[in-house]
Amino acid sequence: MNAPVLSVRDLVTQFDTRAGAITAVDGVSLEVGPGEVLGIVGESGSGKTITGFSIMGLIDKPGGIAGGEVLLKGQDLRKLSEPAMARLRGDRIAMIFQDPMMTLNPVLRIDTQMIETIRAHRDVSRSRARDMAAEALALVGIPSPVERLRTYPHEMSGGMRQRVVIAIALMLEPDLIIADEPTTALDVTIQSQILSEMQKLMAQRNTALIWITHDLTVVAGLAHRVAVMYAGRIVETGPVDALLDHPKHPYTRGLISSIPSSVPRGERLVPIKGMTPSLMNLPEGCAFAPRCPRASETCRKARPDRQDLATGRSLRCFHPLEEAS
Amino acid sequence: MLAYLIRRLGQAFLVMAVMATIVFFGLFAVGNPVDLLINPEADLAEQEETIRRLGLDKPVHVQFGYFLAGLAQGDLGTSFVHNRPALELILSRLPATLELAFLGILIAVVLGIPLGMIAGLKPEAPYSKVIMAGSVVGFSTPNFWQGLMLIMLFAVFLGWLPAGGRGDTVDVLGIPVSFLTWDGLSHLILPALNVAIYKMSLVIRLTRAGTAEVALQDYVKYARARGLSPVRVVGVHILKNILIPVVTVLGLETGNVIAFAVVTETVFSWPGIGKLLIDSIGLLDRPVVVAYLMLTVFLFVMINLVVDIGYSLLDPRVRVKGGRS
Repeated sequence: MNAPVLSVRDLVTQFDTRAGAITAVDGVSLEVGPGEVLGIVGESGSGKTITGFSIMGLIDKPGGIAGGEVLLKGQDLRKLSEPAMARLRGDRIAMIFQDPMMTLNPVLRIDTQMIETIRAHRDVSRSRARDMAAEALALVGIPSPVERLRTYPHEMSGGMRQRVVIAIALMLEPDLIIADEPTTALDVTIQSQILSEMQKLMAQRNTALIWITHDLTVVAGLAHRVAVMYAGRIVETGPVDALLDHPKHPYTRGLISSIPSSVPRGERLVPIKGMTPSLMNLPEGCAFAPRCPRASETCRKARPDRQDLATGRSLRCFHPLEEAS
Repeated sequence: MLAYLIRRLGQAFLVMAVMATIVFFGLFAVGNPVDLLINPEADLAEQEETIRRLGLDKPVHVQFGYFLAGLAQGDLGTSFVHNRPALELILSRLPATLELAFLGILIAVVLGIPLGMIAGLKPEAPYSKVIMAGSVVGFSTPNFWQGLMLIMLFAVFLGWLPAGGRGDTVDVLGIPVSFLTWDGLSHLILPALNVAIYKMSLVIRLTRAGTAEVALQDYVKYARARGLSPVRVVGVHILKNILIPVVTVLGLETGNVIAFAVVTETVFSWPGIGKLLIDSIGLLDRPVVVAYLMLTVFLFVMINLVVDIGYSLLDPRVRVKGGRS
């Protein structure tokens, strides 16, 4: 594999609360190479969004990164000053947010928001920036981009707005894009259009993409590799096909069995029992143990360490599922 | 838009007509100006001469008829006391009040919005708490007492600024103004400050509440994720979203200051229309009071119109539609 664009090692992000520090991201390590799509999958509260914001350096007080390294092409982002980090944001790393209705500023025109982004990073004239913005809109399939530039966000549909946000992300040809559930708020038809366009554009431009989602079916069609997060930790990671066809962590299997199309028609779905644990009150051992059908005494006492398996997979589990099961 | 403007003006004239009628008959009921106006030493013939000259010998509905006839020709009547046309009298005193009102509002905005934004962005910081405590004081101090304290501090103890009066004026387009001469400006500062302190407290509280709310919105985080400078994020993305309530209140307050600056004008002997109104009510100078209130209503309607147009400039989602208001 080529040198990774982004390499995160043992990232820990904590939030200070009255009840003490909460660890939202606990020792996350991941890598994405050029042109590669990494899916981060997890339920709400699993720390996947916080992981994204931690990479961007956008964790606000009372939170903060407590440990680990975030290397973008070998440069440690945690050592950068805030102004230096701001120069990277939107330029080398771009982010796409979940809800397109809330992402664009409602009182500023599309062109204002696109041009200000370009001019924050490139020394170009307004008219040149406007041309770049129009090109970017055309690239993501927005018809009559020049007219569209002069509209306000509320004059566009959700799918259109998300395309605008994607255009802004692609505009400056970043090394890495972090997309946080960008299609969750959209209709299925729009969702699949946007997915296939993103896939095409990422491959063309060799951009690394981290796709954060709770939807395994999206990941199955889009990602090259998947990391499954639970309670702030990556519990299993590996190439998408191997991981989905032969999950080793009971939680991953639970997620797959919860998808309606994963079981034959007429058979009952197998939901994961219980709820995601509160980060305020994590169990002593493995965070998944209370919900896990395979949990033993060991699981309740100790946290499993990461084991790196062959074929690029890794796992945090004392009792992994066998290949044959 | 034109239909909208015409409707608004129509409303203004209706309100002015109703108000003029109520005030006209109301003042008639309060008392007879003759008792206050005529020299008790004068003989009967002189008294009757004066009463006839002022038209006060006629029954009230006839007097009202004369008033309406005059109104149709743009004549609001002649002051009983000053023997000058009421409108001319008011307009001669209006520039002083406008000057006071606008400088007061200007101070309130220029200081209030930044202070409110600081308090909204860093609510826990000690300086924010000082700002908010100060705004509570400014909010709850009685205006006349505050004026006296300002005089005591700056005019009596420190001797920096004069205690009252208008100082030198220069004519601009035939209108005397104070703020262009050093002496006039020094006379203007204290009364303007007295007007400004309450408004500023109001602006600080509104701005802080708005900023605290808007700062949490996705589009603010997204603006940061695009690498925009903090100045741009706060000065454009946040500021433009919080201005609507501030503009609303400032519009109403501007009308208030112009119409009812009487406390400040009395404390600082500022020769504006507020003082004229109080004197005229005291002397039952009906034409002046009626003309004054009609002008006030007109001002309020105009200010509200400007505020409504301001909304549509600030927020594209409330653009004024031709048909409805």
